[in-house]
Amino acid sequence: MTPYRFSERIMHAVAAVSFVYLLLTGLAFWTPALYWIATVLGGGFLTRAVHPWVGVVLAVAVTWMFVTWSGVMRITDEDRAWRRSMGHYIRNEDDRMPAVGRFNYGQKMLFWVMAGSTLALLVSGLVLWLPHYVPRSLAPLREIAILAHALAALLTIGAFIVHVYMGVAVVPGGLKAILHGGTTTDHAGARR
Amino acid sequence: MAATLNIVRVSASPPAAGIRSEPTIAKLVDTSTCIGCKACEVACQEWNDLPPETTVQMGTYQTMPDMTSNVWNLIRFSEHDTDDGFHWLMRKDQCMHCAEPGCLIACPAPGAIVQYANGIVDFHQDACIGCGYCMTGCPFNVPKFAEKTRRVYKCTMCVDRVAVGLQPACVKACPTSCLQFGTKDAMLQAANRRVEQLKENGFPQAAVYDPPGVGGTSVVTVLAFGDRPELYGLPASPVVPRAVLFWKGALKGIGNLAIAGGVLAAAVHFIRYGRKQKAP
Repeated sequence: MTPYRFSERIMHAVAAVSFVYLLLTGLAFWTPALYWIATVLGGGFLTRAVHPWVGVVLAVAVTWMFVTWSGVMRITDEDRAWRRSMGHYIRNEDDRMPAVGRFNYGQKMLFWVMAGSTLALLVSGLVLWLPHYVPRSLAPLREIAILAHALAALLTIGAFIVHVYMGVAVVPGGLKAILHGGTTTDHAGARR
Repeated sequence: MAATLNIVRVSASPPAAGIRSEPTIAKLVDTSTCIGCKACEVACQEWNDLPPETTVQMGTYQTMPDMTSNVWNLIRFSEHDTDDGFHWLMRKDQCMHCAEPGCLIACPAPGAIVQYANGIVDFHQDACIGCGYCMTGCPFNVPKFAEKTRRVYKCTMCVDRVAVGLQPACVKACPTSCLQFGTKDAMLQAANRRVEQLKENGFPQAAVYDPPGVGGTSVVTVLAFGDRPELYGLPASPVVPRAVLFWKGALKGIGNLAIAGGVLAAAVHFIRYGRKQKAP
């Protein structure tokens, strides 16, 4: 398991906490069946006011991640080989997987999906944040923003489900690594 | 007549049909007899206790360019000068109270927008969260956002007056009976009678504006140039934006299934394959 530097763990924590808030409050606005989440988190009015600002926090965190990781996240030939044998990875036949660098193809895909979606969410979110500043002549922009925001959010939710499930339930030491830095078994002493 | 507040539809909530049936009401706006006196604008501000808004000199008889969160009733003025003569076109801009209200369909806040059995679509600012989706859902550009309260406002059709058997304040104030109020059937009858008169008097293209794309409206407008509603600043064939319908309809269903499917797939994977034995 890859050890994570202190700055990386902080960066991930900011992204994780802001993402979870945005996910929960976004779902409250997405469907009336989950509107109670907004009520629990301070009411719909407050939630509507805070959601965009937390979105800015997430955008900052993801930008920070992008600056830190975009180099190491580049998809290589090794990754393509990994992708071809991904079935083994899914079936936990890890001895049949090619060697990987710091991040495997799945982690890299998560990175790129989250980076792209966050950009789409930020741009469409700005339109949804201040709809009264979008002139009537640009009304289709608001309609596009509504759909883009929902689609990008759904994409991140899918990535989030896989990511949390893998990190918490499947990969040993995954949760510990992102919270505390490394695992005692593989990279003892690698904590910085 | 229709003097109850019997709710049939509530934003972000299941249908709330009452058991009493009552007639749909409507306001008739006969643009051909409007003299542009603005009595309706004043009556609206008065009855609804709306603060005065600074007027804007536009070089026409129009009070200001657009409605605001404090001005729910605006007489739009345009000059029409073509082969068929020179005309001053005046049209009462306000909430149309659609039978298929795009604002209500788009609203995510339970109870913020309601549709009464009598056809009135009303905003309840206490439940409004200020998201502005109603502004995107409305094909008539009616709901207006107030920076001060961060909520959205529009014409209520004087629901508080109608509920006690009175006509809306604007209708009460109209000196030419250009504005009338009654059941939708009665107003459509009156509108059609007026259209016949206009047709006999040199306006063969006169028509009633009651757009079917939004299920008809509770503001029925008589247009002398009924073939060109755009002359009056009205959309020719308004509909609830398709993006809003797709978002609140198919996309919501597909999205919810996808989310549930993702969680389910993770659970099945865990039961089938479980935790990896060692770090890769």
